[in-house]
Amino acid sequence: MPTRADTAPLRTAVSESLFSERRLRAALLLLAVLWLVCAVVLPMAQIAGISLRNDHGVWVGLANFKTYFTNPALSTSLWNSLYVSAATTLVSVPLAFVFAYALTRTDIPLKGFFRGLAMAPLFAPTLLYGITLVYLFGRKGLVTTGFFGFFSRVLGFDPSVDIGLYGKVGIILSEIIFTFPQAMLILSIALRATDARLYEAAQALGASRIRTFFTVTLPGVKYGLLSAVCVSLILCFTDFGAPKVVGGQFNVLATDIYKQVIGQQNFAMGATVSVVLLLPTVLAFLLDRLVQRRQAALIVAKSVPLAPCAAPWTRLFHFCFCSLISLGLLVFLGTALFASLVKVWPYDLSLSLLHFRFENMGGGGYDALSNSIRMSLYSAVAGTTVTFFSAYLIEKSRGMRSLRQTAYFLSMAPLALPGLVIGLAYIFFFNAPTWQLAGFAIPNPFNRIYGTMAILVLCNMVHFYSVCFLTATTALKQLDKEFEAVSESMGVPFYKTFFRVTAPVCLPAIVEIGQFYFVNSMATVSAVIFLYSADIPLASVAVANMDDAGDIAPAAAMSVLIVLVNIVARNVFGFVSARLSHRSQSWSKRAS
Amino acid sequence: MKRILMALCLVALCSAHALAGEVLVYTALEDDQIPRYIKSFKEKHPDITVKFVRDSTGIVTAKLLAEKTNPQADVVWGLSAVSLMQIEQAGMLEPYTPKDGAKVLPSFKDAAADPAWFGIDAWMTGFCVNTVELGNKKLPLPASYADLTKPEYKGMVTMPNPASSGTGFLTVSAILQLLGEEKGWAYLDKLHENISSYTHSGSKPCKLAGTGEAVIGISFGYRGLQQKKKGEPIETVFPKEGSGWDLEANALVKKAEIKPEAKVFLDWALSLDAMKEYAQSFALTGYPTGEPVPAGFPADPSKQMIKNDFEWAAKNRDHILAEWTKRYDGKSEPKK
Repeated sequence: MPTRADTAPLRTAVSESLFSERRLRAALLLLAVLWLVCAVVLPMAQIAGISLRNDHGVWVGLANFKTYFTNPALSTSLWNSLYVSAATTLVSVPLAFVFAYALTRTDIPLKGFFRGLAMAPLFAPTLLYGITLVYLFGRKGLVTTGFFGFFSRVLGFDPSVDIGLYGKVGIILSEIIFTFPQAMLILSIALRATDARLYEAAQALGASRIRTFFTVTLPGVKYGLLSAVCVSLILCFTDFGAPKVVGGQFNVLATDIYKQVIGQQNFAMGATVSVVLLLPTVLAFLLDRLVQRRQAALIVAKSVPLAPCAAPWTRLFHFCFCSLISLGLLVFLGTALFASLVKVWPYDLSLSLLHFRFENMGGGGYDALSNSIRMSLYSAVAGTTVTFFSAYLIEKSRGMRSLRQTAYFLSMAPLALPGLVIGLAYIFFFNAPTWQLAGFAIPNPFNRIYGTMAILVLCNMVHFYSVCFLTATTALKQLDKEFEAVSESMGVPFYKTFFRVTAPVCLPAIVEIGQFYFVNSMATVSAVIFLYSADIPLASVAVANMDDAGDIAPAAAMSVLIVLVNIVARNVFGFVSARLSHRSQSWSKRAS
Repeated sequence: MKRILMALCLVALCSAHALAGEVLVYTALEDDQIPRYIKSFKEKHPDITVKFVRDSTGIVTAKLLAEKTNPQADVVWGLSAVSLMQIEQAGMLEPYTPKDGAKVLPSFKDAAADPAWFGIDAWMTGFCVNTVELGNKKLPLPASYADLTKPEYKGMVTMPNPASSGTGFLTVSAILQLLGEEKGWAYLDKLHENISSYTHSGSKPCKLAGTGEAVIGISFGYRGLQQKKKGEPIETVFPKEGSGWDLEANALVKKAEIKPEAKVFLDWALSLDAMKEYAQSFALTGYPTGEPVPAGFPADPSKQMIKNDFEWAAKNRDHILAEWTKRYDGKSEPKK
């Protein structure tokens, strides 16, 4: 038993190490804030600054915005963007709601299959949705021609329809496919969190099922619903891949930025349109944040999980609904694959791998594909490390409230930033040899990474940061803060606890974050299209370039390759996760 | 003697070393032409690495102009002469006469005493018409610009956006020169009624016609003949009124450090070997090569080409593009 004299030095040793550990934590937290300031705040400030200057860098105040809003050719794009976003959300969120409801509240079979398939569109660049729609509904599309006259020849009736794809119809269709999986994900999380006792009470009070739906189910998911609406609005408002392919003469903001910057190298106007694009997005983001704050815990210790509904008619309806949506997605993906294999659509339907050769063609072919895979791997590794560690510092530190809150807000901010705007801001921020600050010219320390792989990785890290950060935070919240308290009182440095306890326990979340970074980096076009250099062609950009040149079948082929890489990656991540959880997650099972 | 030998060796080494570098080439040539063209350069100069930035004419032009303060490109290869004139006016070209420069026809090079650019080929407007689709609709082959505005072709015509595409610009410029500005814009207004979409590149309308997504694509001769070879049902029509045309030309970019490799590249790009390859794609080249006119082109291509005022086109390019964008780019979908 230690005497009083023995414990005294021990205590001072502990408090000393605590003191230095606190400082180390504070320094790391500060570093996390600093990285977000450099990667998010400063580039955005730069783009705002450029929108207030003319092409020669002379301060012009709001003149660019005035030009923008008085030029009908440009400002109609704003209304067009708002219109397609609203229309898409009106269709995609209800569809996603019913789908998510079926997966969470009913006990239909094949749930895993339905969920997996619904996620599939996330694996492809949005350009593919447009390209595939052309093959389905374009003038020579399968549907438009009634499967090349097959129906009228064989079955004697002609079901062919021309939906007038090019323009808003095409954009809205593509965006529905694009936003559906994301809205569905958010809504299924919201629908899962419920208390069966509410339904029992409603039943006991004799409320009809419709009434129960409107008084119990809907209020219970209103925050999730709002999130789904905001995310869907932001996604279509800022997407550029689909409008580029099927937009025809229907201009939207995102394609305007591309045309201004790539087509006319008019950076000032590009920055101006970016700010116009940014404003509604930031508004939607702030609204969502504000409302989410008011959300109180629905699940308390006494909650009873809701048993999925087994009423036969409900099951049948939801099963049919999910089957229909899945069938649609299968036809969609199948068409993309078919189109990439057909020799000369629609005149020579024999199959060949001709379009997978990428010979005599822009874009970079298989070099581009391997660059994309490398970039996605780097983004996954670097992104996961930075995201998880900063989430840990923010979630598991004590004190330093304002620093942590700042870091939290900055970590959520990228959610509101469209890829195109990040890309453009990065050109301005990283390509400038010097920064002008209050009349001083400061040499840009980051200028070196411009035109390299590093800036592409950085751009992906920021673009997909928030969702990963949220995943990490959620996983960390499930870990009791006692771990930190105990190790602190035992004099174990926090980094040891981090590597021995926190990280292993959160492994499934960490793998999931890595996968998210990988899959999205493979598929993204918008953020990297301004930043890739001639030395480092990328697969998703190649899709855009080949489409520009009119090589649509090879563009479809490259998209198919991107989807395949992502399917393989998903399986590898799943396998790794299963192996690792076997070793690190046994604590969560009861000893038997 | 030994010393002299050593010195000679050293010089040889140095010069060899100096040529073992790389050139950055900005080009608007077609993606399927570049590998074929560059083959003979790679054989002759295996030690020089050539890097390409390839895009449509408008994009390459805009990129060059945007980089004015800090030019990246060493050489421009196969860019529209109208664009090169604009770039020359911006003071971005260094006059350099390549080895075979004297052979180039006077009408194919910069008129200045010390020419800044040399043409390698002339490319001209051609309509890519999908004969299967036209046959299905029982419509005749259009033969002229005037035919394209006929109501029966409504929604069937695709043309390149002149702001990004060189082919688009030379066509618009030819129409304005043939009809005069007032009538020219009136014609384009009428044509707009029949257009289904304006594309980013000059080759896309032809490729769209090849898949039947468009019936008539306003594009250029080479593209249509190439698509037909691939098995697409494309007939290339050279309009009765005459084709708009432009030269694809080369130039040296003015920058602080002009690499010797850049000049090596330009010498090669005007050599007979290179010129013979250009002659496989185009009816007219910088100087006669003795190669036959490629199948599908008019027998006397120079008669098909309009009298083109390059000076006028270069001077008015910005103004024409601004007017075009105002008239047609801002409109939402064309009325059905």
